[in-house]
Amino acid sequence: MPAGSSTLYEKRKGVYPKAVDGFYRRLKWAIMAVTLAIYWGTPWLRWDRGPYAPDQAVLIDLAHRRFYLFAIEIWPHEFYYVAGLLIMAGIGLFLVTSAVGRAWCGYACPQTVWTDLYQHVERFIDGDRNAQIKLAKAPWSVAKLTRRLTKWGVWLAIAFATGGAWIFYFADAPTLLHDVWAGSAAPVAYATMAVLTATTLLLGGFMREQVCIYMCPWPRIQTAMLDEKSLVVTYKDWRGEQRGSVKKAQASPDLFGDCIDCNQCVAVCPTGIDIREGPQVGCITCALCIDACDKVMRQVGRQRGLIDYCTQEDVEAEKQGAPPRRALKTLLRPRTLAYAAVWLSIGAAMLFALGARTRIDIAAQQDRNPIFVRLSDGAIRNAYMVKVRNMEARPRPVTVAIEGLPDAMLWTDAMPREQAMATVTATVPADSVAKLRLFIAAPAPGPQRQDFAFTVRATDREGGGDSEPARFERP
Amino acid sequence: MADGQDKNIDATTGTELKGHEWDGIAELDTPLPRWWLWTFYATIIFAIGYVIAYPAIPMLHDYTRGMMGWSSRGALAKELAAREAEIAPLRRAIADTAITDLPGKPQLMQAAVEGGRAAFKVHCVQCHGSGAAGAKGYPNLNDDDWLWGGDLATIEKTITDGVRNPNHDATRVSMMPAFGRDQLLTGAQVNDVVAHVRVISRQDRPSAASQRGAKLFADNCAVCHGPDGKGTRALGAPNLTDGIWLYGGDTDTIHETVWNSRQGVMPRWDDKLDKATIRMLATYVHSLGGGEATLVEAGNGVE
Repeated sequence: MPAGSSTLYEKRKGVYPKAVDGFYRRLKWAIMAVTLAIYWGTPWLRWDRGPYAPDQAVLIDLAHRRFYLFAIEIWPHEFYYVAGLLIMAGIGLFLVTSAVGRAWCGYACPQTVWTDLYQHVERFIDGDRNAQIKLAKAPWSVAKLTRRLTKWGVWLAIAFATGGAWIFYFADAPTLLHDVWAGSAAPVAYATMAVLTATTLLLGGFMREQVCIYMCPWPRIQTAMLDEKSLVVTYKDWRGEQRGSVKKAQASPDLFGDCIDCNQCVAVCPTGIDIREGPQVGCITCALCIDACDKVMRQVGRQRGLIDYCTQEDVEAEKQGAPPRRALKTLLRPRTLAYAAVWLSIGAAMLFALGARTRIDIAAQQDRNPIFVRLSDGAIRNAYMVKVRNMEARPRPVTVAIEGLPDAMLWTDAMPREQAMATVTATVPADSVAKLRLFIAAPAPGPQRQDFAFTVRATDREGGGDSEPARFERP
Repeated sequence: MADGQDKNIDATTGTELKGHEWDGIAELDTPLPRWWLWTFYATIIFAIGYVIAYPAIPMLHDYTRGMMGWSSRGALAKELAAREAEIAPLRRAIADTAITDLPGKPQLMQAAVEGGRAAFKVHCVQCHGSGAAGAKGYPNLNDDDWLWGGDLATIEKTITDGVRNPNHDATRVSMMPAFGRDQLLTGAQVNDVVAHVRVISRQDRPSAASQRGAKLFADNCAVCHGPDGKGTRALGAPNLTDGIWLYGGDTDTIHETVWNSRQGVMPRWDDKLDKATIRMLATYVHSLGGGEATLVEAGNGVE
């Protein structure tokens, strides 16, 4: 295609963010440390569940269809708890966004955290912003190639550690670690590692801010969720404009604002934007420009906060001469409180449901072919596949009985009818489903369809039970 | 547009225009993206290779078969053979285990029942029904009433040799005389016997006819059905006192049975199925709910 003067595509401009120090930079360090520690550390936490269940605190056991989260064990049919967690995560994002803007983007998003980490590596190897720009422009040489290979090597190592750590959430971590190095882990483990290593390297090392600006849907959604009362990183143009150097300002004090046009806010920005152009989709509100600007303001003896966390409403108010409001005060407003209330009530409802759930239940399916069988003594027999689910990590003795079917007797396919009784006892192995083929015989005279219920009761100290409606059919 | 001067280049994109125009809207002659073009060429090369390697082109009476000799039917056969080979050890283990020993090996037993379930769907449902509930003249295999016996070994024997199978010595045979048709009993006597059978099966109250029938029953029927009509399994004579009737328990049906007798036939299966399949069928039928325990001989230590 002829290059021409095409305006349809924008060529990527290199972003070489400068190192900066300050409150928000330190906050980001802390959050990076915490999030990375959670990511890499979680699979190695142990949680004693007794001899019948894995001792990994957080484990998504896809092979056995169990989800372990500390004391909570979730079965596939309870997946609504996970759905609930996802809903909470969604509403949590709404809450955070309406309160503190794109804080997720700026601090906690993996794309941000890993990009940040990669940029530190880059600065360590290539030097700070100016050295990086110089190196990027320099022709290829042995020295440049060495630096590039070193950088890419470290990136790859980080990417490998990242992709490699993911799989530990899905199997016993120590065993899997051994298996991975011994070459005996499942192919899907290696495939996952390879894919995530590649994506980490690509997204963290090379695509970076382009992910946020072009690929990620979240900034667009958040842009819709922000309003004039949300905290965003704002350049207070009423204070900054007209831009001019300190010298110029000294020469004609009334002409110039506080911004000395030093471009430090642009230099430190990890997405390469100029915050002075106003709120924009490229701003992930990491607040590093606040740190940079504050430092400059301190140096030139002007008040900090030319760039600051501030709501659009407060910017307007300050422009009219109102005193600056503390950022914290902007957090409490009906919208954030409503989100918080919804978020908390879902959480409370889930906790309640978790606390109240029974860990033993019963399901019954009637044989449909034939529906009933006449026995030689004239009685009618129906057969059922009864499943007793023991969701605790220990074997449990249970008694299965029937309610609402007088004169009926119960037996399993493992015993002769002569041993039929009103109840059947069984032991359900730990964390599994016991299948019982149950026969029920009742005298032939009676309604054609008779509703009754199977009940199960644990006969150990903890007790608990469940019941399941069923139907007995006669000719 | 052979010479370059005629080229109509769009100013914004630098791309040549097609040359036609509708209401001021012109079409760009944008070249295909390279990657697309190469992918397209690659698919052509792939297609040529595919046509050579695999069945592809239909001819008048045949089709090109391809160099690899692949066919979907062949692939299926291979898949089936692989599956057969996979379960062959299991089938051998079942064939090598006496049917009375199977219940002691739960895994093998479970495999046998499941295999029997599948084989039943193929070989047995035509008469016994998909749920093994039978029909008039074809026994319900779910209940606890057995003509020949309901323990594993007896069921296996019945399946192996069949019932009243012609030209097979080992087959199970029970020959009820056609009392009416062959004039062993008069019409009135047959009616009396039927009345008696209705009484011992607790469907009618005793009557004068049934009392006459009782005498006739003792003389003509008790030799097979037993003095109290409870049947004799060794002879395949059904129990006439229970709630289960192969052909029906109403007066007319019983009358027809006594008059003409019944000679239901079940095929022998040992000439059609292998030992393992028959054994699996027996365990499945036994598992339907009416299976009886194997009689344990004294001193035979079975847990």
